[in-house]
Amino acid sequence: MKLNDRPYENWHEGLTIRGVMDYMHFTWPKLVVKVNGQLVWPEDYGNVVLKEDDDLKIHHLLGGG
Amino acid sequence: MIRMCDLPRYADADMEEIKKMKEAHVVLNQITYEPKALYRGYTDKRLKIDVSDNSVSILDIPQEVKEKFTGGKGYCLRYLWDSVNPQTRWDSPENAITMSAGPVAGITQYGGTGKCLVCTISPMTDIPIDSNVGGYFGPFLKFSGFDMIELTGKAKEDVIIVIDGNKGIISVEKAPLEHRDAHILGEELTAMYAEDENDRKNVAVVCSGSAAEHCNLSMLNFTFYDPKRNVVRLKQAGRGGIGRVFADKRIKALVCRFKGVKANLNDVYDIKILNKDGLKFHREVATLDNKQNAMRKSGTAYSLQTLSDYDILPTHNYKYGGTEKVSEMKAEVWQEKWLTQGGADGCWYGCSMACAKTADHFLLKTGPYKGCRVCVDGPEYESAAGLGPNCGITDPQVILELNFYCDTYGIDTISYGTMTAFLMECYENGILNKERTGGLELVWGNAEADLELLHLIARNEGFGKIGALGSHKQKAYFAEQGWGDMDFMNDIAMEQKGLEYSEYSSKESLAQQGGYGLTNKGPQHDEAWLIFMDQVNNQIPTFDDKAEALYYYPMFRTWFGLLGLCKLPWNDIVPADNSLRDEPAKVPEHVDNYLDLYYGVTGVKIDRDDMIRMSERVYNFQRIFNIRLGKGLRRNDAIPYRSQGPVTEEEYLSRQERYDRQLVELVGKTAEEVQAMSLQEKMAATRSYRESEYEKLIDAVYPKRGWTLNGVPTVAHLKELGMDLPELLEIVEPLQDVQP
Repeated sequence: MKLNDRPYENWHEGLTIRGVMDYMHFTWPKLVVKVNGQLVWPEDYGNVVLKEDDDLKIHHLLGGG
Repeated sequence: MIRMCDLPRYADADMEEIKKMKEAHVVLNQITYEPKALYRGYTDKRLKIDVSDNSVSILDIPQEVKEKFTGGKGYCLRYLWDSVNPQTRWDSPENAITMSAGPVAGITQYGGTGKCLVCTISPMTDIPIDSNVGGYFGPFLKFSGFDMIELTGKAKEDVIIVIDGNKGIISVEKAPLEHRDAHILGEELTAMYAEDENDRKNVAVVCSGSAAEHCNLSMLNFTFYDPKRNVVRLKQAGRGGIGRVFADKRIKALVCRFKGVKANLNDVYDIKILNKDGLKFHREVATLDNKQNAMRKSGTAYSLQTLSDYDILPTHNYKYGGTEKVSEMKAEVWQEKWLTQGGADGCWYGCSMACAKTADHFLLKTGPYKGCRVCVDGPEYESAAGLGPNCGITDPQVILELNFYCDTYGIDTISYGTMTAFLMECYENGILNKERTGGLELVWGNAEADLELLHLIARNEGFGKIGALGSHKQKAYFAEQGWGDMDFMNDIAMEQKGLEYSEYSSKESLAQQGGYGLTNKGPQHDEAWLIFMDQVNNQIPTFDDKAEALYYYPMFRTWFGLLGLCKLPWNDIVPADNSLRDEPAKVPEHVDNYLDLYYGVTGVKIDRDDMIRMSERVYNFQRIFNIRLGKGLRRNDAIPYRSQGPVTEEEYLSRQERYDRQLVELVGKTAEEVQAMSLQEKMAATRSYRESEYEKLIDAVYPKRGWTLNGVPTVAHLKELGMDLPELLEIVEPLQDVQP
């Protein structure tokens, strides 16, 4: 599986988007998430199970006042 | 939780004392004028006051200047250029302080529309500094008939300048009795120039604080009166030592009174456009802010814990990117224990984002106001991060106390935090010791010593005199004394061009290293904040990608400063369907809102390319201004190694797995080679790689910006922008073929 175009080494059966976020400590409130180019809404982060060859993008929007 | 509805109002100022102060004023010059009404966001007038002879001039702003420089920062730089010469330094009488709010500033329909830009030649960088600030002065100045104000000369005694925009009176007055610290001076002048209590909201004060006479880190406070709290609030034009220039001119304060703020004082082209976009924006804030950044609850300090999670929160002078102790200052702590909830905390009318939070009736434990209960504006993220974890401090009580004293003394919290972190690392490394600091034990997390340093700076006593210099001059002083190795101090002092870094650790983002290093004024994040795009999202992996980002974002964000806009409503709230847009990082719908606002105010239709062009004109002008003053070339864009990689062994070891892996994945070593390398060899290889990457980045960015590899705007690019002005060509033409 790829996360933001980098190999993701902690993939396992049943891994969800929420699981990736927890593992990576992705706590930023404004995210754009896509699996294989398809947008996923926040309410589905815990439901979407990732496959070993999925292309996951978790893009953080900018900050910096 | 502290709720606005439960908050006791602050006590009134002593009007008898204020009467005495007013009676002690001596009017040095007073003029009357007919305030020119705004038309489509502009008055096309500028106010020039020379405090050497107290002359007051009202001058036209020509159409050509408007077309090329737009307003705000553009006007500030244009007229600063005209006032100075290549030999001008910060304390030269001809150095001007210029302030301008921009054509959109002062509308009340959309959030973040009250910003004022301030420029001067900085005592820290010796080049132009620009700083943006909220509060009411910028819009009030416009409504009083002026697109900008320019202050030059040096007064013989302390003066205040008073503009009454309703009566059309401008006076320069000797003012000997008022206090210097901003939280008191702001109250005194607000009460003094308001006709009654209801009128206090119509008075805006610009002042510094008691440290400004001797501290290079001094800033300007811009006030607004908060009728619900019955207190004067302080916002800061923080960066670059503008307060020092203000005090050097012996200007104690600048006051503008204007009564009658209403929806269309800008006499805009089409107010329906402003109403439509404003309504859309307010709905977004109302429905989405709680799910996104919760700016209305904790202001910009919401992000402290989060940035620590991403290894970005500067900790112990940027050695590390976070600390477990940050949980002591996470958003919920500020919301529940310290910051008043439910106030209308916008720093200009109509801003529903309301991120200007306060800690109310805060009990001070140190310093000249020990035992007093005060209103602390903030902390903003930058203040909390710099005064906090960067110095090893995570106690909100201490951070708020430091924040309060910085503000009232007139000291920039960002520079103070970053500089103190440097001093603490010097202390930890034996460059400083108790004898050299006069007893201050500046070890990580020593809040008592930190606060005492701040008070010493304000009093200009002891080691405070060294503290007042800022990191750049401190390095030279410590080296001269034989206390420390200059190479090491150059590595760890987080300053560039003389200005201290703002509060993001950029080690793992090459683009952000450029976002700091390739700025005009010095390392402030308001040009390009690219850490997430680069470090986390991996969206800009190539040099071309990074160069494009370091072209687009600085230009886009410069535009806010031309128009008088706050950046926060652009991307600290985003539309619910922003994810569906092609480039969500740019928040395209909000960019379209800004194009609408510009059209709605001025009647001039522009597209996204025009927006970037408007900024490019001013951005290149500022670059050439730097060159005119002896900087602005590639060598001036070098950055301290601490911003690029691990300087010390403990830094490397703290993230050894990452750095070792990068030696394989990025530098090209084999795993076996890395295993055989000593720590010092690994650090040297890491450093060599990272420093060469930064040079390659510059090679990619400069041409993208239309500059030579030495960082000089090309004649062809200036022609393309319509900026082939004779005074600019005179500077850049001889440098076109000069190699770096």
